[in-house]
Amino acid sequence: MGPTSVQDLGRFDQYRFGVGTSGAMDDVALRAGNILLGNDENAAGIEIPMTPFKLRFGRDMTFALTGAEVEAEIGGRAIPPWWRSNARVDEVLSLKTMPRSARCYLTVSGGIDVPVVLGSRSTQFRGEFGGFHGRPLQPGDILRCASPTASASSGELGVEPADLVLARPDVPAGNTTVRVIIAGEYDAFDGAAQDLFWRSGWKITPQSNRYGYRLQGPAVKPISPIEKRSHGIVPGVIQIPPNGQPIIQMRDAQTSGGYPKIATVIKADMWRVAQARLGSTLRFEQTAYADALAAEDEVSVYLDRLRADVRLFAELQGCR
Amino acid sequence: MTTSDRPRISLLGTTALLFEAPGTFDLPHQQRIWTLATTAAKWSGIREAIPLITNLMLTFETPPRDPNFLISALNDAWDEAQELPIGGREIRLPVTYGGEIGSSLQAVADHCGMSIDDVVSIHAAPLYTVFALGSHPGYCYLGGMDPRISMPRRQTPLQRSAGGSVSIGGSQTGVSASPGPSGWHAIGHTTWTFFDPSWTTPAALAPGDIIRFEIERVIR
Repeated sequence: MGPTSVQDLGRFDQYRFGVGTSGAMDDVALRAGNILLGNDENAAGIEIPMTPFKLRFGRDMTFALTGAEVEAEIGGRAIPPWWRSNARVDEVLSLKTMPRSARCYLTVSGGIDVPVVLGSRSTQFRGEFGGFHGRPLQPGDILRCASPTASASSGELGVEPADLVLARPDVPAGNTTVRVIIAGEYDAFDGAAQDLFWRSGWKITPQSNRYGYRLQGPAVKPISPIEKRSHGIVPGVIQIPPNGQPIIQMRDAQTSGGYPKIATVIKADMWRVAQARLGSTLRFEQTAYADALAAEDEVSVYLDRLRADVRLFAELQGCR
Repeated sequence: MTTSDRPRISLLGTTALLFEAPGTFDLPHQQRIWTLATTAAKWSGIREAIPLITNLMLTFETPPRDPNFLISALNDAWDEAQELPIGGREIRLPVTYGGEIGSSLQAVADHCGMSIDDVVSIHAAPLYTVFALGSHPGYCYLGGMDPRISMPRRQTPLQRSAGGSVSIGGSQTGVSASPGPSGWHAIGHTTWTFFDPSWTTPAALAPGDIIRFEIERVIR
């Protein structure tokens, strides 16, 4: 599922130089971690797609774990999912197994302090810049942390995970259903091909990573082959290469492409794709533009509530 | 006007919109796209206007509540767009054709029914114009390739293609700036530096620049 890396929310205004967004695959989880800590929501954290993972804290520090549920332990204490806790100097946080979803996020008070390159701290793997020296994290790497902000919060606290609050109705266990808006070449597929796209369960193949998810299922082919001029694409775009097997563009995707586009996963559901595991099944559900915006509002409401909860808890702490 | 004379405008989810100009893949159309990009980049709510090959992607700072307003603004701006001449620099790029990196040279020759030497001389003959940057940091899409050496993109994209690859995809050609996945056919390579994030403008080339490929070597 890709390397462990330093990511913020992404690099959004460098497309004209061929530079894609990078950034946290599950942006909701990164934001939630930063909210728990009182950080700027764009502060950089560590995206961890693989266990085991261990990290030693160089000083007393508040941290949070969000995203995929993970069996985590520090100093003999278990850390629940979507939880903020305090580490003492030299304590080792150990992430053992990630039984259900694909990526967890470790955020620290103040954020991971790597240089801002072209407007972001996210790792740009293809260009080998940003993040920690433009590369995946390796054992032995030492990451600097910025100083906590004035609004920093500390002490044990958990919040409701996004996958509980934002759960979609009627989705069987082990399946992920994501909403999509049809894209430019949808009508180049006949009714039967469109039906196959909507009705099939799509298996996430091992060739899926931060660049894109390559899916496996029945071949969905256009009425006649399409060779388009290269054009801009964004994360979420679902391309259908000539083999008929969809590819969902993810955060490290190229900024342009020419394969026909059947649909685009809505922004509000990209975190669901990010958390879908290799070998699991993905389904697509058509949605309208206005409903996609409403879904984004729903995510905003969820994050607003986290902010309010964290603030309320800090006030209560202050009263004690 | 028939429908094929009108631009195609489609949504890319809620984060971007794609404008595709009608007509041929040529410099005058591309120059109108550059004009449209300059205009649309100033509109409120637009984060970036990104020209590609006779098309333009707009990314949103905030998604418009009703994209139809933006769609008609684009249509109007296209009708008014004049050709924007950009007087770019001329750059000579030495290319080694064939070899391990340009391993699709033979396949392109076979597909086009000509010899390797013909493909190389036809590819190196024109002065190419940088039409747009895209794909990955610093990558340039070039206009001006002779359609006789066109070859459809791969059925399944390669997971990794080398940095500096000179490739053909459909009727387009370009040079990759770094290694990564690709659906194109590499016919050669160059060792030039196209991108450095520490430069004031991170990409070495810009739309309107002119490239001449020089045949350094042909490996058969």
